[in-house]
Amino acid sequence: MAKKLLFITVIGKDRKGIVARISNLLFKKNINIEDISQKIIRKYFVMAMLVDIKEANCDMEKISKDLQALGKEMGLIVQVQHENIFKMMHRI
Amino acid sequence: MSFSLEEIYETARMVLFEKLDIRTTTLGINIKDCIHSNFSIFKDRVYRRLVKNGKKLIKHAKQIEVKYGIPIVNKRISITPISMVMETHAIPRRFIEMAETIDSAAEEAEIDYIGGFGALVHKGMTKTERILIEILPDVLSSTKRVCSFLNVGSTNTGMNIDAVNLVGKMLLETAKKTPCGCGCCKFVVFVNAPEDNPFMAGAFHGPGEPDLSLNIGISGPGVVRSVVEKNRDCNLTELSEIIKRTVFKITRAGELIGRELAKKMGISFGIVDISLASTTAPGDSVAKVIEAFGIEKIGAHGSTLAIALLMDAAKKGGAMASSSVGGLSGTFIPVSEDLGMAEAVGKGALNIEKLEALTAVCSVGLDMVAIPGDTPAETISALIADELAIGIINNKTTAARIIPVPGKKAGDKVAFGGLLGKMPVMPVNKFSSSNFMKRGGRLPSPITGLRN
Repeated sequence: MAKKLLFITVIGKDRKGIVARISNLLFKKNINIEDISQKIIRKYFVMAMLVDIKEANCDMEKISKDLQALGKEMGLIVQVQHENIFKMMHRI
Repeated sequence: MSFSLEEIYETARMVLFEKLDIRTTTLGINIKDCIHSNFSIFKDRVYRRLVKNGKKLIKHAKQIEVKYGIPIVNKRISITPISMVMETHAIPRRFIEMAETIDSAAEEAEIDYIGGFGALVHKGMTKTERILIEILPDVLSSTKRVCSFLNVGSTNTGMNIDAVNLVGKMLLETAKKTPCGCGCCKFVVFVNAPEDNPFMAGAFHGPGEPDLSLNIGISGPGVVRSVVEKNRDCNLTELSEIIKRTVFKITRAGELIGRELAKKMGISFGIVDISLASTTAPGDSVAKVIEAFGIEKIGAHGSTLAIALLMDAAKKGGAMASSSVGGLSGTFIPVSEDLGMAEAVGKGALNIEKLEALTAVCSVGLDMVAIPGDTPAETISALIADELAIGIINNKTTAARIIPVPGKKAGDKVAFGGLLGKMPVMPVNKFSSSNFMKRGGRLPSPITGLRN
């Protein structure tokens, strides 16, 4: 089955446990992390995760909602977007 | 990773902090084949078609919103110009009944506006079209979600001044029947009206369109302003390049979402309208983009040049991003709906004459302009005709959405509510154009219309 790739963008203040708690949530949903990258951009902590949801045990709406709820709890903004949007906007 | 962190952050930031959204997805629906000699059957067919397709649009649009994390703010419907399907039922009461049918279909399908309750009268009017124009004050005051338009001229046909003269009277009457004259917010008068415009209030599904067609309007003044603010010291050539690149990206997002939504619905994809469209939200303002250019308030000298630069750069970026650019594809500068525009009027930076000049280099015209309620009908018609003459001669779409606010004088504040915004009433010229407008007839098509 073909991969179904999403980007999870996390923006906010750096703190302990961001990667751990997000990864844990993804693990419980049976989502595989393909790649991960983070750095400080214009004073913001920015992390992007590329994940494959082809074997996930819930749909994208649920993934997005739960990640955003977790982000809120940790004082972070979380955005979940299908990879096609990045292909369209950043590649000709 | 296949994208740099900066690229991923840029996209996320546009949505999260700079109000990038899909301003509207508008489903064009042909209703010509709903016509029936029995008016009840005819109405029923229209109702069913609108509800069925409207619900489908809402359902699929919600799924796409989640997939791409980009809000689709408005889901709307445009229909075949109503006069075309009402020719055999041309009785005022039936126009009202049809409008009420469309209004309840919109409510049932949870569609906020349905456009197309209008007519193409750019060369002349049929009896039906005249009845329609006369009954519009009742239609606009008795329905909530029905929008109307008239196309009163084109570069090929000239301008139907008789129709323009009816519009002035019609607007005054509509204003009297609705609070703050807000019924007039649902009516746009055009020249060179595009058949696939997704933006309300002027959207309609033109006679050259297929059964169903999906058109997209993107947004993005906030995104453009942000990038302009980050580049305070660059010259105009560089500024144009920066805007072009930004509009390219946001148009690509619109193109992707439009195509995918159309595919999911099993219908043909129409166009992406690349107009920068303001809202009343702080930051989502075209006037503020112009201020970020270095102009203190929009309306100051230099504003026409600034809008021209913005408009041209947006078109170049948009045209590269999509092979289906259409609709109005200009830059909207509605006064009440754009916080920065309304502010400029309040501070005395922007008057109606300068606004008219700005519309010569951008879309779409005198949009959402409140004028004193005691303005004579002939003056309103002349104000509209001036704006439309710019479109006729320059071979472009121009339009007017004028609201004569009953009981209000120049400088008084008026609030239309919600997305329609608020503004100070703008003064109009006190001298009369009545004898000129009374001549009526048709402005001949300009020499630039002879292109064969």
